[in-house]
Amino acid sequence: MTARPFHRSQAEMLPERAAPVTTAGVVGWLRANLFSSWANTAFTLIALYLLWLIVPAIADWAYFNADTAGDDRFACKSSGACWAWVDQRIGQFLYGFYAPDQTWRVDLAVVLLIPALAPLLFEGVPFARQLRWFSLAYPVVATFLLVGGIGLEGIPTDKFGGFMLNLTVGLAGIVLSLPIGILLALGRRSRLPIIRILCVGFIEIVRGVPLITLLFVSNIILPIFLPPDVTVDSLIRVIVMVTAFASAYMAEVIRGGLQAIPRGQYEAAQALGLRYWQSMVLIILPQALKISIPGIVNTFIGLFKDTTLVIIIGLFDILGIGNAMVSNPDWLGLATEAYVFIAFFFFIACFSMSRYSIHLEKRLDTERRD
Amino acid sequence: MKTTLKSALAGAAALLVAGAAHAATLDDIKKAGVLKCGINTGLPGFAYTDDNGKWTGFDVAYCRALSAAVFGDPDKVKYVNLTGKNRFPALASGEIDVLSRNTTWTFSRDVDLGFTFLGVSYYDGQGFIGRKALGIKSAKELDGASVCIQTGTTTELNLADFFRVNKIKYEPVPIETNEEARKAYVAERCDVYTTDASGLAATKTTFAKPDAHMVFPEIISKEPLGPLVRQGDDQWADIARWTLNALINAEEYGVTAANVDKLAAKAGDNPEINRMLGTEGSLGAMLGLRKTWAVDAIKAEGNYAEIFERYLGTKTPLGLSRGLNALYTNGGILYAPPMR
Repeated sequence: MTARPFHRSQAEMLPERAAPVTTAGVVGWLRANLFSSWANTAFTLIALYLLWLIVPAIADWAYFNADTAGDDRFACKSSGACWAWVDQRIGQFLYGFYAPDQTWRVDLAVVLLIPALAPLLFEGVPFARQLRWFSLAYPVVATFLLVGGIGLEGIPTDKFGGFMLNLTVGLAGIVLSLPIGILLALGRRSRLPIIRILCVGFIEIVRGVPLITLLFVSNIILPIFLPPDVTVDSLIRVIVMVTAFASAYMAEVIRGGLQAIPRGQYEAAQALGLRYWQSMVLIILPQALKISIPGIVNTFIGLFKDTTLVIIIGLFDILGIGNAMVSNPDWLGLATEAYVFIAFFFFIACFSMSRYSIHLEKRLDTERRD
Repeated sequence: MKTTLKSALAGAAALLVAGAAHAATLDDIKKAGVLKCGINTGLPGFAYTDDNGKWTGFDVAYCRALSAAVFGDPDKVKYVNLTGKNRFPALASGEIDVLSRNTTWTFSRDVDLGFTFLGVSYYDGQGFIGRKALGIKSAKELDGASVCIQTGTTTELNLADFFRVNKIKYEPVPIETNEEARKAYVAERCDVYTTDASGLAATKTTFAKPDAHMVFPEIISKEPLGPLVRQGDDQWADIARWTLNALINAEEYGVTAANVDKLAAKAGDNPEINRMLGTEGSLGAMLGLRKTWAVDAIKAEGNYAEIFERYLGTKTPLGLSRGLNALYTNGGILYAPPMR
């Protein structure tokens, strides 16, 4: 062994050097993520090949070879998609049969949704305290705008349709099913037998039946038992049934969260002298809801997609509008285009919910990790 | 205890029946000011939305004519869109007053389900479409062919019957919806595709080269489609039945939407027309309607021929010819009883 010169210290700082090209930047990322091993490399190449096969074909169909102008399907001469209907039908896809000169009310309700939701969903929203009062009032404001009444032309709810109907039913279901689900979950764990039995009964019966059946019952069976002149608005029937259905699932998701809270937390709350509701609201639920977020959002997304089932009771959501359109002899056979168009709306809505859930999980992540 | 429960149940059942078939449908409709008409959620030519979001089509035209007969206004209709599954419960429960949704008139529906069919507005039947390149001219030559078929429908059963009677084999390609079946046929997953002939004609127009396909001459089932009402209110059934008959008779007598006002202005030479349009006799009063009930019904969308040509006929994209649905005087079997 030869002795190497040993420096106790260096006179000046070495200049910074860029990281090796193989570990930084684009190349580094590619190496780390796509070509880190032989197997990975092979999968990457296969995936690229598949994309090369699929993406150009889809792009050709949807964009490069597509027709966008014309009054009927016979105007679409090229090999690709026929989007000529979008221009005429976009109103129906968004608003259903809502009076065309009144659709500004729907637009306004959607715009107002932003200040109503923002203080509930995000931190650091200016005027959050005042806006929360608006959030509380929003359901009333939105109902007034959509249905009409004092000073506004009344629109019967069977004219609601298109994506606006999906949003109405979906949002109402989401907003109502979370608190009801929490109450049901707490009720199911209650020590009072009547409350427990009622909650278990509701959850098991509603969860044990398909949503289609519930809607069907609300539409066909209920009128037989009600007096002939009593009619319940079909939109309200849908919202009630969708909410009941989602609440039963929600209750089980939240019960899972409640059971994951260590017994010590309950005992600690009692030791502090907190009453039942105090301990639930201050100690248990904040923790239980936090760990239930993925399940809750999962239920929300499921609920939102289930809103397409309203066709069962003769309401036309965006999917029903699409099916009615492709029955028009002028647009016959354009189901693929209509479904792709509709899928786009659902993807945007569901993907945003999913991203928000991830954002929320990160924000609330207070666990220590090592 | 047992008897009490039994009698209570019987009483409840009687109440339900009475509630479902409460007699005076016409009074209810007049009181509500709107006719609740059950239609399809979307069937080419029969019920579909136009670019303004209005329901239109062959089945819808009947609702409008009936509304005109009752109210004198074809627009007093509330359309209730129904699927194949919920159309009968909807009619039975009183959710709708009349069902005008391409429904096949069969024994069990008429007798067992407790409905009254009012007549036939469209004679349909199950047919086949195939590629001309197959080189066959008749469905009976389809031995060994693969057939795209919607599952769970009467078409599936008819198909099995047809091939059994003709002692030929086929390979079914089961499909869930009509649109899927169309796609499967286009993708050549089956040699032929079978459904109602009106549907085949509509489907054929969506192909890239319609001329490369042919509808075989065989019609293998009877599908008489028509409107129906609940059993138990004969007055309402009569109104609905004779509105349909008036549209058919109007074609026979040459009464159209354009000339009906002139013909109804004063009694003419043809007593049959006079009675129908109310310038002679009292047919309207017998039904419990106005004198001009048929005039208004015909004015709504025209006579049967006008309605057919507007929504299904050769000038529409569907391009259906009258065939069986021509008047008996023109080689079809459309025949309405006299207005006397």
